Amino acid sequence: MSTRLSSGGRLVNKDKPVEFQFNGKRLKGYEGDTLASALLANDQMLVGRSFKYHRPRGIVASGAEEPNALVNLGQGGKFEPNQRVTTTELFDGLYATSQNHWPTLEFDIGAINTYLARFLPAGFYYKMFMFPRPFWKHVYEPFIRQSAGLGKAPKDRDADTYEHFYAFYDVVVIGGGIAGLTAALEAGKSGARVLVMEQTAAWGGRAVVDGVEIDGQAAEEWVAASVEALQAMENVEIRTRLMGAGVYDHGYLLAYERLRDHLPEEKGPRHRLWRIRTKQIVTATGAIERPISFAGNDLPGVMLASAVRDYVVNWGVSIGDRTVVVTNNDDAYRTAIVLKEAGLDVPAIIDARQGGAGALMDEARGLGIRVETGKAIAKVKGKGRVTGVAICAQAGQGGVLDEIACDCVAMSGGWSPVVHLWSHCGGKLKWDDAQAMFRPDPAKAPKGASGEAFVITAGIANGHLRSADALVDAFEAGRSAAKAAGGKVKAGKAPVAADADEATLEAIWLMPQGASIKLRMKAWLDFQNDVKVSDVQLAAREGFESVEHAKRYTTLGMATDQGKLSNINGLAILSDALDQPIPQTGTTTFRPPYTPISMGAIAGEARDELFQPIRRTPMYQWHEANGADFEPVGHWRRPYAFVRSGESVHDAVNREVMNTREKLGLLDASTLGKLIVKGPDAGKFLDMMYTNMMSTLPVGKCRYGLMCNENGFLSDDGVVARINEDTWLCHTTTGGADRIHAWMEDWLQCEWWDWKVYVANVTEQYAQVAVVGPNARKVLEKIGGMDVSKEAIPFMQWADGELGGIKARVYRISFSGELSYEIAVPASQGRAFWDMLLEAGEEFGVMPYGTECLHIMRAEKGFIMIGDETDGTVIPQDLNLNWAISKKKEDYLGKRAQERSHMADPNRWKLVGLETLDGSVLPDGAYAVAPGLNSNGQRNTIGRVTSTYHSPTLNKGIAMGLVHNGPDRMGDVIEFRKVDGTTVKARIVDQVFYDKDGEKQNV
Amino acid sequence: MLTLKCPYCGVHADETELHPGSEAHLKRYGPGSSDDEFEGYLFMRENPKGVHFERWRHVYGCGKWFLAARDTNTLEVFGTYSAQTTEPPQEIKEAITAKRPGWSWREFQ
Repeated sequence: MSTRLSSGGRLVNKDKPVEFQFNGKRLKGYEGDTLASALLANDQMLVGRSFKYHRPRGIVASGAEEPNALVNLGQGGKFEPNQRVTTTELFDGLYATSQNHWPTLEFDIGAINTYLARFLPAGFYYKMFMFPRPFWKHVYEPFIRQSAGLGKAPKDRDADTYEHFYAFYDVVVIGGGIAGLTAALEAGKSGARVLVMEQTAAWGGRAVVDGVEIDGQAAEEWVAASVEALQAMENVEIRTRLMGAGVYDHGYLLAYERLRDHLPEEKGPRHRLWRIRTKQIVTATGAIERPISFAGNDLPGVMLASAVRDYVVNWGVSIGDRTVVVTNNDDAYRTAIVLKEAGLDVPAIIDARQGGAGALMDEARGLGIRVETGKAIAKVKGKGRVTGVAICAQAGQGGVLDEIACDCVAMSGGWSPVVHLWSHCGGKLKWDDAQAMFRPDPAKAPKGASGEAFVITAGIANGHLRSADALVDAFEAGRSAAKAAGGKVKAGKAPVAADADEATLEAIWLMPQGASIKLRMKAWLDFQNDVKVSDVQLAAREGFESVEHAKRYTTLGMATDQGKLSNINGLAILSDALDQPIPQTGTTTFRPPYTPISMGAIAGEARDELFQPIRRTPMYQWHEANGADFEPVGHWRRPYAFVRSGESVHDAVNREVMNTREKLGLLDASTLGKLIVKGPDAGKFLDMMYTNMMSTLPVGKCRYGLMCNENGFLSDDGVVARINEDTWLCHTTTGGADRIHAWMEDWLQCEWWDWKVYVANVTEQYAQVAVVGPNARKVLEKIGGMDVSKEAIPFMQWADGELGGIKARVYRISFSGELSYEIAVPASQGRAFWDMLLEAGEEFGVMPYGTECLHIMRAEKGFIMIGDETDGTVIPQDLNLNWAISKKKEDYLGKRAQERSHMADPNRWKLVGLETLDGSVLPDGAYAVAPGLNSNGQRNTIGRVTSTYHSPTLNKGIAMGLVHNGPDRMGDVIEFRKVDGTTVKARIVDQVFYDKDGEKQNV
Repeated sequence: MLTLKCPYCGVHADETELHPGSEAHLKRYGPGSSDDEFEGYLFMRENPKGVHFERWRHVYGCGKWFLAARDTNTLEVFGTYSAQTTEPPQEIKEAITAKRPGWSWREFQ
């Protein structure tokens, strides 16, 4: 059983006991524990179930690489699934539950999958869920959804807050081990601005656990002194619980800080995402120990040798009383020695190498530990927990030589440098055959804007596994980074570490070498996703030879740990199956983040009101207080309708239409884009921008204009007013203002830069109100001021003046077909003007109306709407707008495109009005069907609905649509397909349904 | 996320401040051009692994369009320059030649 030792545990404070819960059990730990060490101290070895076979899973590692021990943390608004217990610091009241099992962790029905394993090989999903096809929807998909996913998604709103943090440095050092500290000290001494970060709560990395001696001091003392020295440097920032998450282009670095995960009661953001720009990055990210593939290596109690050592040294926790160490390198001997020195039993060290280890082997033997060289583990014995191991020869096929009772197996398959951050932005790797590892290739480093490398790797992360070499390397890396970032490097010398001589590792990818299929089916590579040696071999046999294909076929390395333990072992097995060297197989791509980061940190402050800025018109507050049902239009919020009590939204819309047609309506049109185009060449410029001729527009008049892109497709429309000889005011659609402004700037800056034109977007400078309906003139006359008579401002003209004491520009334009004035006043006066109109309009039956009323009225008049009648494939000619296309102009944007054969084709779908025979409203976007099928076996189509409404004015459904040869087929009846498969008949009619002669607007 | 120096305001801007605008140095063909010329103007774009010329706008800054010469593979930036030119300036061409001897892109080299 695993338990807390009476002594030891450099990180735990035994004066500060902490209580926590796991699956409802109340357990005790100490301040400084991780959830992993606290669970182990309480003999909670079983912590979860694997993804596919629901096999019992115990803790394997002691850090970020942990694949198994994922739990649900917290409750309610603090609930978060898939949290690694090895990186979760213990705090009082911590609440954790295990996941991926039913009904309980100890008794999981899904575990039956393990007996079905031979029927669930790699690629099972792809083979099984193909046929019969109807099964997919009703059987397979529900089944897969039911069993997919480890944790459960949170149901409650996240109760915590998060933030983003922007920072700039010369040098950022990632990793707070002895290499990172050495590099940071060198960079700091150069005067460069330095940030050094450590993902855990403690400095020093592995050296402090392994008892390395540096410059004659114990590592622990050296680390403390170094941290103190860094803290004293004003140009250096040092942070724990800050993880380098991703390296991106041009020195962009994302780092993830866990501020309150261990202090849940304190105020402030829980996580912080650092968005850093730095000149140089030093990755001193260390290495991760590899498991060894032998039968039963996934049983709880089998653990990485380094993790077993960490738990004893850092937290005073022993995994078992009797630990068998199995290894292919010298480092694991340290675990055996540490255990022995802690008073625990080590029945044997199984070393796969014939020659065994170097000096550490002698030390182990000196302590009385039995060392078996050239041996392997044939299989781990036990059910749900290790009870012993069967020993065989590594060279053989698994014939058992001996059995040893034990309750822990500490394995070490060698070390893989953490090359993730090096690789994120294009750093390449090289294969080191002697150490059996991929390490960074400094000749192919990530390059920055200048073409020079901006990432330097240091220490163990650079493949220097021995502390002495690592420190020399880190010393140089720190100096190189400082120099490249412009720091001044003075003479100095690297710290000197003393560590034991080691014999070379032997690459062991499978144990024993000739393991039978029965053993290989129990030899796990990926513990979380249940990928075994046999699965990767099957993938290779079935032709998935690329490592990227094999990964996806077997799901190796696709779990939340992203294969930190499994990738190298897996691709070694794949290489062996393909009979090719490992570097030829290569690695899969390393992608950020290094370990999962919270969604909250990614969102930062961007939630609720701050998620996206909302643009509000000067009258917004009135709308809000008067029943506005808002809809988003670009970043604006516009009232869809003003709903009164007792009314449905539909009722409100109908009321607004009828009232505007019969009496008086007000529309807040402030969101309409307003661009001033000014200059000696403004007329010439607008002639290029619009399909119509704008240069000939007389001062004081308005003209409706169309804008196309260079493909000839309609992009925007609006009324243009000529203000004076060299100034035009162009109205754009609400959503188009910024886009059209940018479009104009593009042409002025990049094509006709010698034309003298200036464009200003004055959209927000004005509040604009459309005063619409038969009583429109009456209300303006009542307010008083400028002359608004037909003679003073005829239809399609504008005038400047004053209304009710407010400076106003009045346009006689109409998008409703009614008598209509669009009145622009300074934004600051918008609300006052709106209130004035409402008050004065009371006797004339004034009611404000929203965007849906606007849409219905324009559709009744057959006016097009950008985004309804147009979708990026429609040219003005399709909408019968030839009258708005100048024949005289040699050129305008889109003209050449509209001359293309398929644009000039008489067979294009064209705009018509549509009326259902039964008066119903056509479904939006419905297609008109024709006899026969197309080449895809779908019904042929001859048209589609672009706008469709119930017209309260006409009390029936009206629609517009694009129909093949539509304008030539007036009176024909065509059929539209509804979603339910039935059809509805509609007659092709004129698109103008109301007041065809325009008498109402021109009064 | 790239950083580019805006040649107008001199700011070394992050990509969040900038907006990409496809290929630089396109020659516009309007009415009177052949189908081939117009097709080339409208649709045919370079997609090199290496030296490339692009349009960028300092959209959340000074609002100006500018041009950038960079390597699409290594992300090295050779320089940024005014959009008001029909070909890369000599110093940009020289900067590229210094790093990528023998480069060529459309009609430029």
